[in-house]
Order: sequence, then C-alpha cells, then structure tokens
Amino acid sequence: MSKKHAVVDIANCVACGCCRKVCPKEAIGIRCGIYAKIDLSRCVGCGKCAKECPASLIRLEVRSA
Amino acid sequence: MTPKKHWYDYLWICTIVYFTLGFFNIMFAWLGLISFFLPLLIAIIGGSKAFCNRYCDRGQFFALLGGRFGLSRKKDMPGWLKSKGFRYGFLIFFFIMFFQMLWNTYLVFAGATLKQAVKLFWTFKVPWHWAYHGDAVVGAWVPQFAFGFYGIMLTSTLIGLIVMVLFKPRSWCVFCPMGTMTQLICKAKNGKKVKAELAEE
Ligand code: SF4
Ligand code: SF4
Ligand code: SF4
Repeated sequence: MSKKHAVVDIANCVACGCCRKVCPKEAIGIRCGIYAKIDLSRCVGCGKCAKECPASLIRLEVRSA
Repeated sequence: MTPKKHWYDYLWICTIVYFTLGFFNIMFAWLGLISFFLPLLIAIIGGSKAFCNRYCDRGQFFALLGGRFGLSRKKDMPGWLKSKGFRYGFLIFFFIMFFQMLWNTYLVFAGATLKQAVKLFWTFKVPWHWAYHGDAVVGAWVPQFAFGFYGIMLTSTLIGLIVMVLFKPRSWCVFCPMGTMTQLICKAKNGKKVKAELAEE
C-alpha cells in the first residue's frame, strides 16, 4: 500500500473525467456523471490526477491505517 | 504505464475537420449539432457523462494541445472561474445567446437578408462569404443557422484555447455549458441514489 492516496472535493467536481484519463492504475471512475470516485485500493498516490484536474480539486492525503 | 488508447481517443481529429470544412463550406456547420444532441441524449438516456469522459473531441483537442504540445501554463484557475455561480451564469448566458442566434435564423426565414458573416465573442462580425456557395434549396435560413452555429462553436473553442493557455489544458471543461448541463441532468436523474450511497460510506 502506498503512503498516500488521492482525495476528490466531490462537492465541486464537474465530472469531466480528466483525472480518470490520466490515472495509470485505472483507480478513478465517474460516479453516475456526478463526481469522480477514487478506488483507494488501487490508488498508488502518484498525483497525476491532481495535476490534471482543471479545477484543481484533488489532493493527496496520508493513508489512515 | 500510460492508460491504454482506444479508437475514441482519436476523436480530437473531428475538431480540426469540423472547423476546416466550415471554413470552405459553411453548410458543414450543421454537423456541430451532433456534439449538441449526443451529450444530452447520453445524459438523459444513459444517466452518465460518458460524452465528456470518453468521446468529446473538444476536450481531447485541448488535452492534446495543452498537454502533449505543452501549450498550457498548467496553473490553477482563479476561484471565481470555477465557482458554481460562474458555471451556472455562463450556462444561462450561453442559452440566451443561443436563442438569439435561433431568432436571427427565424428572421431570415421570415424574409430578412442572409448575413454572410461569423460572429465571434458575440460581438465581432468576421466576413465569411467565401464559405457560402449560393442559396440552399430549402431557403436562406439554412445557411443563416450554419453561420450562427459556426460562430458559437468557434467562439467557445477560442475561449477554451485562451483558458487552456492561461490555466490547465482542459480548463474549459470546468464551465463548458454542455458539461454543466449534462452534469445537471445526471444530478436530477441519479442525485438521490448517489446521496444515499454517500451517506452509507
Ligand atoms: S494518485 Fe495516481 S493512482 Fe491515485 S487516483 Fe490519482 S492518478 Fe490514479
Ligand atoms: S478532473 Fe477534477 S473536476 Fe474533473 S472529474 Fe476529476 S476531480 Fe472532478
Ligand atoms: S465539458 Fe464540454 S468540452 Fe469538456 S469534455 Fe465535456 S462537453 Fe467536452
């Protein structure tokens, strides 16, 4: 398990899917066209999605055990 | 590892083809209606933003130019530009301008003369007469709609290019009227279900 994982500010997410396209682990899905959902078991905390999100709504957080 | 490429990852070509065709023959502007109805149909019937997430040529076009070709500063957008107020305000503004375009089409249908120009940023009339090759069989309103629609498509792409350069490649997607509209439809359709799920988590 990676030390960090991505977290989406779902209240402001526009569900554009930019993050999903760049995730190397296919850890992101767009839930019902409303927000981006991260599969924490797949996410390796690389931060690619955070860089890509045009609204800068993704941050990396330390995994809680 | 980079994500696998699919056939639909090359739809950005459509953006280039669309504007090129419309430069030579304005009637091709009508094709743009596909990228108007398809996202709405997918949202209404499928309840998803699969259009944005997979097929949208414009989003891919910005991702390519801003990402691969490095034409973006890749900076955060200012807060107001991604606020809900601006997103919904822009959607309403877009709607009003769209109906104004339809009204102009109607006026030509009712007898006004065809204006062979493309309106940019809802203000500047750019001559475009070379792309017009005589009256359509059906009537002058057909090319009038084409000029109007092409203007909307070109204007929104230009705005998208500006925010692409200034901020992140796909900044346009944050306030794109189609994106906002399809998300609103999805919220109306799936909102309850999703809220219940979130409450459980
Ligand atoms: S941090 Fe990396 S692995 Fe995790 S969701 Fe984002 S892109 Fe995917
Ligand atoms: S890129 Fe950002 S706004 Fe778009 S779906 Fe992902 S988290 Fe949401
Ligand atoms: S938000 Fe607009 S430009 Fe972006 S992918 Fe969706 S329809 Fe295309």
